[in-house]
Amino acid sequence: MTKKNSLFYEFMKGILKENPLLILVLGTCPALAVTTSAENGLGMGVAATAVLIMSNAVISALRKVIPDKVRIPAFITIIAALVTILQFLMEAYVPALNASLGIFIPLITVNCIILGRAEAFANSHGVVRSAIDGLGMGVGFTLALFFIGSIREILGFGTFFGMKMPWITEGGLQPMMIFGLPAGGFAVFGVMIAITQKLNKRFYARQPQAVMGCSECPGCINAHTAPADHASNALEGQVTEEKVVVPNTMREPGVLANLKEVKQAEKEETK
Amino acid sequence: MKEMLIILFSVVLIDNLVLSRFLGVCSFLGLTKDLKNAMGMSIAVIFVMIVATGITYPIYWSILEPINLGYLQTVVFILVIAAVVQVLEAIIRKAFPPLYKAMGIYLPLITTNCAILGVMLINIQEIYNFGSAMMSSFGAGVGYMLAMFLFTGVRSKMEKADIPEFMQGLPITLMAASIVSVSFMGFKGVIENLFG
Repeated sequence: MTKKNSLFYEFMKGILKENPLLILVLGTCPALAVTTSAENGLGMGVAATAVLIMSNAVISALRKVIPDKVRIPAFITIIAALVTILQFLMEAYVPALNASLGIFIPLITVNCIILGRAEAFANSHGVVRSAIDGLGMGVGFTLALFFIGSIREILGFGTFFGMKMPWITEGGLQPMMIFGLPAGGFAVFGVMIAITQKLNKRFYARQPQAVMGCSECPGCINAHTAPADHASNALEGQVTEEKVVVPNTMREPGVLANLKEVKQAEKEETK
Repeated sequence: MKEMLIILFSVVLIDNLVLSRFLGVCSFLGLTKDLKNAMGMSIAVIFVMIVATGITYPIYWSILEPINLGYLQTVVFILVIAAVVQVLEAIIRKAFPPLYKAMGIYLPLITTNCAILGVMLINIQEIYNFGSAMMSSFGAGVGYMLAMFLFTGVRSKMEKADIPEFMQGLPITLMAASIVSVSFMGFKGVIENLFG
């Protein structure tokens, strides 16, 4: 495998090892909603990739300026601004795609992948590295959306990029409508996750687990990490406080900063 | 009144937020392991949805639209939602401790839940008066709750089932979601038949 810490590694990890959609299971909403055709899937992927690269670069450049306490609102504002710019561009140059993606373009703002990468990677790495990470994650996301979109379009409508499949004939094989409907979206996505996890186990010879973890992303709790479970148990006094894993972003904004100060004070005392 | 009921039925059953519009899928998959989490999250979503619509809808039509700043809706809405969540959390913690105990920890998770922002945007695009917008938000929240409750039941049955290793975990959960989604397709004609 490629050497760790090289730029190529940062790019490649987004494609299979840490595929944002199929391994980390982030950004599921657009993945299910817009993948009724290969074209839509590809368009959504490219749009999200553009925002991801830009947001990672901008946030990485500003990481020393943004105070720790207000970083989440600051990140969201930056991302929302970038998404608004993207929306303008899409309205101007690809109006048909813009219309078919609908509200899922503005919803890129709250896509867990983007905020998650900002929090987990861009906030602690340099500009170039963050942009490459954004590109890799974006390509991984795009590929996943493209595959899901292709499967659903071919099976559900009998077309691929609008071209009719040869085996769809009068009185012969008919497309299965269910794959174009929401139910088919869930099913295809489920099978894709199963296949990717299998591939991942083979290539990387280890249990594919979220390296980044959804706990970094306040809006998204997935099957791997359920911080709310721990937190709710703690609230009812079922778990002792030390064992509780609450994601940073769920804590009071001041707590983290205070923690640093307390630790520093402790260090100084011991000296 | 009839119009309100039509909106309510269509957003709860036909255009169900999770199962046909695909909004809030993350929390739908993550928080349906037990009923307590599902209920807390649903109540929080309904609450924030109504309050945020009550604020964003007038802001859009009375401030942003008249001065041609409609394109700023995404930025403005996400900031309003973040602020509403913070303020609500503080108020509820002080004034209604039992309610805070039930849904307090889910509130911070809501800021980036795409269900909220999605419904705000849908309301601006599709709904043309304030009353209907409030009704549609309430309905969307109730639809979310319904989907969460149904799916929690399905998952609790699934835990005892013998699942092939290949499909264990998330894949089988998504297959189950697919079947629940099929069941919601049965509601397609309900409005025509109820309200003629």
